Amino acid sequence: MSTPTLEPTAEDVRERQIYRSFGLTDAEYEQIAKRLGRLPNYVETGIASVMWSEHCSYKSSRRILRRFPSAGSQVLQGPGENAGIVDIGDGQAAVFKIESHNHPTAIEPFQGAATGVGGIIRDVFTMGARPIALLNSLRFGPLDDAHNRYLFGHSVAGIGGYGNCIGIPTVGGEVVFDERYTQNPLVNAMCVGLISHAQIATGAASGVGNPVLVVGAKTGRDGIHGATFASTQDPHAKERSAVQVGDPFMEKLLMEACLELIATGKVVGIQDMGAAGMTSSSAEMASRAGSGIRLDMQKVPRRETGMTPYEIMLSESQERMLVVMQRGEEQVADAVFAKWGLDATVIGEVTDDGMLTITEGRQIAAQLPVALLVDEAPVLTRPSSRPAYLDALLPGADAVVQASAAGDFTDDLLALLAQPTIASKEWVYQQYDSMVRTETFVRPGSDAAVVGVPGTAKALAMTTDGNGRQVYLDPYAGGALAVAEAARNLVCSGATPLAVTDCLNYGNPEKPETYYLFERSVDGMSDACRAFGTPVISGNVSLYNETAGVDIYPTPVVGMVGVVADRSHITTSAFGTVGARVLLLGDCNTPLTDGLGGSEYLAMRAPEQKLAYALPAFDLTREQAVQATCLAVIQAGLVQGAHDVSDGGLMVALTESAIAGKCGLAIDFDEVLPRTDYSAAQQAALLFGESPSRIALCVLPSDIARVRDMAAAHECPLWDIGEVVASPAIHVRLGGEQVVALSVLQAETAWRGAIAQWMK
Amino acid sequence: MNTAVLQFPGSNCDEDAVKAITQTTGKPAELVWHTAEDLSAFDLIIVPGGFSYGDYLRSGAIARFSPAMSAVREAAERGAYVLGICNGFQILTEAGLLPGALRRNESLQYRCAIVPLTVVRADTPFTSGYTTGEEIYIPIAHGDGNYYVDDATLALMEQRGQILFRYAKEHNPNGSVDDIAGVMNERGNVLGMMPHPERAMHEWLGSADGARLFASILTTWRNAHEHANA
Repeated sequence: MSTPTLEPTAEDVRERQIYRSFGLTDAEYEQIAKRLGRLPNYVETGIASVMWSEHCSYKSSRRILRRFPSAGSQVLQGPGENAGIVDIGDGQAAVFKIESHNHPTAIEPFQGAATGVGGIIRDVFTMGARPIALLNSLRFGPLDDAHNRYLFGHSVAGIGGYGNCIGIPTVGGEVVFDERYTQNPLVNAMCVGLISHAQIATGAASGVGNPVLVVGAKTGRDGIHGATFASTQDPHAKERSAVQVGDPFMEKLLMEACLELIATGKVVGIQDMGAAGMTSSSAEMASRAGSGIRLDMQKVPRRETGMTPYEIMLSESQERMLVVMQRGEEQVADAVFAKWGLDATVIGEVTDDGMLTITEGRQIAAQLPVALLVDEAPVLTRPSSRPAYLDALLPGADAVVQASAAGDFTDDLLALLAQPTIASKEWVYQQYDSMVRTETFVRPGSDAAVVGVPGTAKALAMTTDGNGRQVYLDPYAGGALAVAEAARNLVCSGATPLAVTDCLNYGNPEKPETYYLFERSVDGMSDACRAFGTPVISGNVSLYNETAGVDIYPTPVVGMVGVVADRSHITTSAFGTVGARVLLLGDCNTPLTDGLGGSEYLAMRAPEQKLAYALPAFDLTREQAVQATCLAVIQAGLVQGAHDVSDGGLMVALTESAIAGKCGLAIDFDEVLPRTDYSAAQQAALLFGESPSRIALCVLPSDIARVRDMAAAHECPLWDIGEVVASPAIHVRLGGEQVVALSVLQAETAWRGAIAQWMK
Repeated sequence: MNTAVLQFPGSNCDEDAVKAITQTTGKPAELVWHTAEDLSAFDLIIVPGGFSYGDYLRSGAIARFSPAMSAVREAAERGAYVLGICNGFQILTEAGLLPGALRRNESLQYRCAIVPLTVVRADTPFTSGYTTGEEIYIPIAHGDGNYYVDDATLALMEQRGQILFRYAKEHNPNGSVDDIAGVMNERGNVLGMMPHPERAMHEWLGSADGARLFASILTTWRNAHEHANA
């Protein structure tokens, strides 16, 4: 029983150039026809176009991605699978990946963000791993705009709505606000799972005659051509119907059923149906095994009548997986899925002909070589040219700012703390269940989240970091800094960094300047990954993030996971030990030469100049010394609190530590920086400049000598800059005078309430 | 003490409840699928948190029809202890085992935080390890935790001592009537609460105050058991 359709013929597809509306160029279409030796029909054109879309083929980025280091003794699974895997010892492994859902979020923020979370969770449990934590890296336009508030509020609700329901704690992430993201928000979702080595599953369709099953939700007409839509320039011109709708309850059942099924040992291969649904999952599974797959569309459980093979193959209905079982073991899947009230339906089998064959009953609807779809997708060498603005940046130390009317920097500090990028993200994370599974040692709000590994003394630390403005100002250093900051955050929590997953968000790669930023930042990230011994094991690229011809900042986001060898090493950013000293690892005086380039302070005080000055200098060797010292002193038990210095500079870092520790701080630079003739700009740079490679530590006086010795052994500068005090106030002396004086309550009120004020 | 933790499709705090019981009694609780019809072997039945049936229609509204809930009703009638946490509390009110209903949070947002509670009564099987008026810290994580009950029933509940936990003054996170966080049935063997005591089992989780709730149940059960055997 085949459904009559009014599908265009193969000739129509060519003559009316229908392939163009699927995103294929004339040359690409000709290449496909030539390879087939005939004109592809409508279904085949749809399948090939989605597989060759930027989203699935990585055609603009693939050549550049090869520059990332991806090997290491800890790597059990590198890029190319649903998620990467690293060894954490004792026969256990961490499985993780980050993925973007930017374009859907721009159109429908709640579902766009929610399905981003759903997709990344599937990528992790597909590997056989139990998801244990979620993180989200978000970018929105400024909150003084109502549409930005709508996108931000609904994205957060969508993320929470999915993760909370499925019962995986959302433990960390970041949120940045800048007008460059106004029409084009970024939602990058990361999931971390745990697995024993023996349970690792892969997405390969091997074994001729093995049955292929679709499991989980029924297939509908939603999200058709979603992957193509994510690969084009103006998402706003596209239809909202290309955005999928998530059902976290269905995914919870699917997750439990899949983990139960994988544990039976009867699964040959399993893959999530994400972008390009059944098309990409079947083609990729066959490609990994060097096999073919034959699928009968009439057997696919559908939730709508009259669906054509074209619609079924291109649907992006959520919460579905493609599973290859051992032949004769289909009933094992039946039994497991029936318990969870889900479908597990045999829809085809593995073949050895290297073809993806789609039938409708006995009639062939499409037949394409797997190699054509996966391996022969174009790999583009895009033109690249260095943007002129990079050579016109002024030295950071030239940025001029005046002291505030009060003559000191107290008001500036309060204003900076209330900048939404710097302010507490409590408004966001209080909408996320961060505690379910009862293994969350460090909840959102510290440098990295820390989640226990059940049954061991170990824990995993995890973070996401990226600073688009820095990458814009210096793509190479900015890329390296994203990796360095992620590693620094892990080290501050007491973890040894293990590996990286990255989400590479950029503008239109067809612009040579944008492509240059992409290339250079990948180079910077790659070199930093090599320096820290943290290979890239998984990731995702999101291009065409532009609106009306204006690109977002080049925004690579680094997701990093580290292992805390012993839970006693877990350290937070709270400075709450009265009488302890405040030490600074790294340099206290570099801001004098680095100035305020790239800083949040400059963006606040002189928004028109925020892209005019060069970034502070970055030295990977110094960064390594700082991080090695920090980890060593933490592991030696000498540290009460540790906080990396990043957005907002030293004063913001210290204030956050005081707030978290519910103590005051008496900071005195006069001894370490004895000059009295600093200009206002120099003072501002010392207080708020964002020179990298610095960590503030809280150390008992009795431990300082040992900390000094260890810092010296690592050739890491160490400065004693103040004391944790019981009186709940922050006082700072610099250049012979008091430059900041405020109560911790004042600081906390400004910092904690800022985002909630906007979102009322 | 034999403990069952019910599992509905969509339960997600079931394993945490099992861990809390293991920590308290040294013996794991048994996970019981929602199709179970017989719970006569159990002294304590925990209806855990999560999103049973996706919270579709209304939180707890579908789960109340499962066979296991009939068995929970029978268990409550024979005097077994029943503890509903979060979604479990919602299910128990939907099933009519506890008075009142849980509405959308006043903020219309999901809320996850460690909140201060006041122990209203410390002379119950569930709270004997606390002192009356004590302030304890227990996490909440819910979107529908806004407890409602009409004035007449509330007065009756007050009179009968059915309110066991209140959110501390100025810390009501969801708009609950009379700051109510946890209520007991009239007989005193069924407790429903929005906060998650099973998430407050260690200082490193942010609070260990929940551990005493499970210890209270165990102590009460032991005392009754030893008394019966004596």
